[in-house]
Amino acid sequence: MSTATHVHVEHHDAPPRGIWRWLSATNHKDIGTLYLVFSLIMFLIGGCMALIIRAELFQPGLQFVTPQFFNQMTTMHALVMVFGAVMPAFTGLANWLIPMMIGAPDMALPRMNNWSFWILPFAFTLLLSTLFMQGGGPAGGWTLYPPLVLQTGNAFPFVILSVHMMGISSIMGAINVIATILNMRAPGMTLMKMPLFVWTWLITAYLLIAVMPVLAGGVTMLLTDKFFGTSFFNAAGGGDPVMFQHIFWFFGHPEVYIMILPAFGVISMIIPTFARKPLFGYSSMVYATASIAFLSFIVWGHHMFTVGMPLAGELFFMYATMIIAVPTGVKVFNWVSTMWKGSMTFETPMLFAIAFVILFTIGGFSGLMLAIAPADFQYQDTYFVVAHFHYVLVTGAVFSLMAAAYYWLPKWTGHMYDEKLGKIHFWLSVIGVNILFFPQHFLGLAGMPRRIPDYALQFAEFNALSSIGAYIYGFSQLLFVYIVIKTIRSGEKATDQVWEGARGLEWTLSSPPPYHSFTTAPEVH
Amino acid sequence: MTAPTTSQANRRTLRRLLLIAAPMFGFGFAVAPLYSVICSLTGLNGRTSDRPVAVAEVQGEVDKTRTVTVEFVANVNESAPWEFAPKVVRMEVHPGQFYRTSFIAQNLTGAPLVGQAVPSVTPGPAAPHFQKIECFCFSRQAFKPHESKDMPVVFRLDPSTPADISTVTLSYTFFKVEDKGS
Repeated sequence: MSTATHVHVEHHDAPPRGIWRWLSATNHKDIGTLYLVFSLIMFLIGGCMALIIRAELFQPGLQFVTPQFFNQMTTMHALVMVFGAVMPAFTGLANWLIPMMIGAPDMALPRMNNWSFWILPFAFTLLLSTLFMQGGGPAGGWTLYPPLVLQTGNAFPFVILSVHMMGISSIMGAINVIATILNMRAPGMTLMKMPLFVWTWLITAYLLIAVMPVLAGGVTMLLTDKFFGTSFFNAAGGGDPVMFQHIFWFFGHPEVYIMILPAFGVISMIIPTFARKPLFGYSSMVYATASIAFLSFIVWGHHMFTVGMPLAGELFFMYATMIIAVPTGVKVFNWVSTMWKGSMTFETPMLFAIAFVILFTIGGFSGLMLAIAPADFQYQDTYFVVAHFHYVLVTGAVFSLMAAAYYWLPKWTGHMYDEKLGKIHFWLSVIGVNILFFPQHFLGLAGMPRRIPDYALQFAEFNALSSIGAYIYGFSQLLFVYIVIKTIRSGEKATDQVWEGARGLEWTLSSPPPYHSFTTAPEVH
Repeated sequence: MTAPTTSQANRRTLRRLLLIAAPMFGFGFAVAPLYSVICSLTGLNGRTSDRPVAVAEVQGEVDKTRTVTVEFVANVNESAPWEFAPKVVRMEVHPGQFYRTSFIAQNLTGAPLVGQAVPSVTPGPAAPHFQKIECFCFSRQAFKPHESKDMPVVFRLDPSTPADISTVTLSYTFFKVEDKGS
């Protein structure tokens, strides 16, 4: 491995032109771009579904859609956002950045990389096409609990197949990330010198490989229960529907960390740049990430406190879940300490990063409330849960993605984005998202159930407020699309380092970087 | 031995990682038997034994000082064509004593039917202590057209039933047995 400095790469020097460049892409930057563009499109599609949901919930009563279609929207919104927007966006960042950060010419397995991306558009075409089928798309919730999900009409096998394809895509992407990080680091780039984004992705990739196959197994059992007469989840044949919940959440809890650990990595890159100080507690960040990943495997039961677990089980899952607050607290502490007495400036990426730290922590705290088993009996399946996971996934994962986009866009395109528009986008987003999700805490505590198209009159004010926030937040994302397009096309020329305080190998390359990042490996000291 | 080239190393990493992914796919399926075993050992999902307990086997004295409420619930799965109900819905029992009750089922169709009742005990921790000496759920029940049957259960609550349990619900779900040639 020490002699891996000279890698003879059989590439053409310039990419092929036109559509073929993208279809046959094996270059990590091209594939990264494809992932990011794909996830942005999915983010907008999933966002439209969210706006349909919020339009229906603006007033009590049924206004725009039927309950069946409403349920399809909640189900599809989740599937599209989780598997189509957030996960591919992080894979796109990994493709773009990991080779540049560790001093490699490209990803380890470029052809597999091409395959793992191009599966996705097919998977989502399949998934979205179910909305136009007889009986409509899946409406039993993204968690696919039987026996309800088995009542899905013609869409059912399409949904299962598309989940399989997404799983295969993520597993291949994860294998690629691990192989790149383990085998292609520049000389001198020891594991404990790697940027934190690389570390968090390495751990995330292991999570993906461990749990995506479990989901694939679970949905395969659903498929055979429906079509081949097995009874894994059918009590009439000796099965148990609760077993599906165990399988699903054994996948599902690590899955939520798959969506947040790379976000931790992004924030750990951005805050030191704009605080102009090295990251506080680098090695504790690495250990905290690894601890969170380990704990994610033993806490799945907190999603199912109300299924009738024995007291010992409830206590175990309650305490195990609460322990996660310790490594997460270490991280938040380190971010704040990095900013402490730093020479801070507040460019758009830093604004998103600071908003992440504050708002993600709010989501973490409501998570702690939900972790308390006796209290969870009250919160289960209410809007409090909806508020919680949107705080960690929207103001957490999505805000980190926005921060990452602004932070690295000048490096990727060679142009500075419009700082003024970026700031407007930030403030619209952060105000909109809080009007959108904060009232949902109160709705949940007052007992409003989730996944219901109509509600009692006393919930009307907070729901109207929430819907207004949704439209502010939703439409301000169009501004983001405009900013990205404008930056690609024009804008002030970016320097190589882009940000005064930026450190790391990717900032030693030109902006935009050459087609093959490091054809000769850099020396890392 | 020479150091492997990067592409050899990459392929080796690929193989090793696939060796993690493949067993994890199998693990999803392995959960099914594992879950069954764990549940029948601990009664976690309210599953009770599907075999009768012999009178000679039972242990412990009758505890007249303690009274536990036993509730009976009868369900019919989906559109299985039976009418199915417990004869009494609630009994006050002393742990250790034998009790007898029965459930009534009627075939609502004009054709012969075979059904099977599947029991479940709530709360789960009580399940291993709920002993059935005789139960119609141990075997399939054949019904002639429109036949009505009185089906007995003889049960006993073990004196070792955890002290914090004051109500136990025994629920039966009646399933239609499709002829699958077995």
